[in-house]
Amino acid sequence: MVDRVYRAAPPDALRIEPLGELTAVFDRRSMQTHLVISPLPEILAMMGNEAVSASSLAGRLAADFDLDGEGDVAVLVADRLAELAALGLVGEV
Amino acid sequence: MRHSTRIAVGPVQFRIGSDWRAPIAALEKLYAAYPGEDARPADATVRLFAARPWRRWLRPSVHIGGDFVVPDALPLPLSMGLLAAEMGMNLQVALGWRRHMLLHASAVAKDGCAVILSGESGSGKSTLAALLGEGDWRLMGDEFTLIDPATGDALAFPRAVSLKNEAIGEIAARVDAGRLGPLLAGTPKGDIRHLIPRADAVAAMHEPVRPALLLFPRFGGETAIEPMGEGEAFVRLTEASTNYIALGEPGFAALTRLVRETPAFGISYPDSAAGMALVEQLFAEARR
Repeated sequence: MVDRVYRAAPPDALRIEPLGELTAVFDRRSMQTHLVISPLPEILAMMGNEAVSASSLAGRLAADFDLDGEGDVAVLVADRLAELAALGLVGEV
Repeated sequence: MRHSTRIAVGPVQFRIGSDWRAPIAALEKLYAAYPGEDARPADATVRLFAARPWRRWLRPSVHIGGDFVVPDALPLPLSMGLLAAEMGMNLQVALGWRRHMLLHASAVAKDGCAVILSGESGSGKSTLAALLGEGDWRLMGDEFTLIDPATGDALAFPRAVSLKNEAIGEIAARVDAGRLGPLLAGTPKGDIRHLIPRADAVAAMHEPVRPALLLFPRFGGETAIEPMGEGEAFVRLTEASTNYIALGEPGFAALTRLVRETPAFGISYPDSAAGMALVEQLFAEARR
């Protein structure tokens, strides 16, 4: 599997508002509203401003949330990052 | 245009022009108690016109125009000119208004607090609002409710209530005949008859109200109350808003605030009495 590297949107580009089980994300660049569910908000929050690979992000998430089966987490995070990239909320470097 | 009038409904100043006198006369009767002439320019223009000059007399059919038009909209016979005018007014507001977030929802208010009822056509939102507006509630509107992005307050849009089919008899039994418009039978939406809101609702139409309750009614079936999460209410209201996307971030902020601060419920009810009782019950609980 290719370990793709992504960068989060600039800090002032997104307005993120948790609404119970959903999180509404307003992208000021596209003026679009996205509704996402866990773990996408957690992934966005964890990315910071640096370019980060799916595997290293999976490692951080696994450590923070005490997840088992690291291999599966890496696949899951890679898939979710691809979804976020499709929404334009993260960019592939 | 040959005939024209000015009508203010809530914050919207309409200018309505027509090739025929009849629709303007009908509007002036329905909206006699509303403020009319205003020094400022109209916010929305509606034009009712004949496609060809001779069609003013020969099988007259009313085309709806204005600042915004819907291509392919079929013209209506002149006997339904009032309906054409109403559709034109709704269209201009739905497509053109930017000052507030526009929700396709009815609303009623009591003690400075609003209940907003959002639902598809047939959900009973108009009938419930009209019936409550005949009791100790102030009718804010049967079709659109405006949310001020700056304050989060709800603003009224108390156009003449468009009663449809069974609702006509239900309301006609309770109000003075002078408050009902002509019966428009067999329109594309069934039978329609307009109800003039009570004078106190018209007089108070500029008073902003705090949203206290968001309801998503469904007519038919057993009485049921379903608490609704902020996320689902947000999604439903984006769908119920005609200008959410156009407003950009202020719309996003207004809507997130509205669903966070206002309890939301889906309600089902078998008849109007049960629906009204649910509104009263949930309103009392929300204000506790």
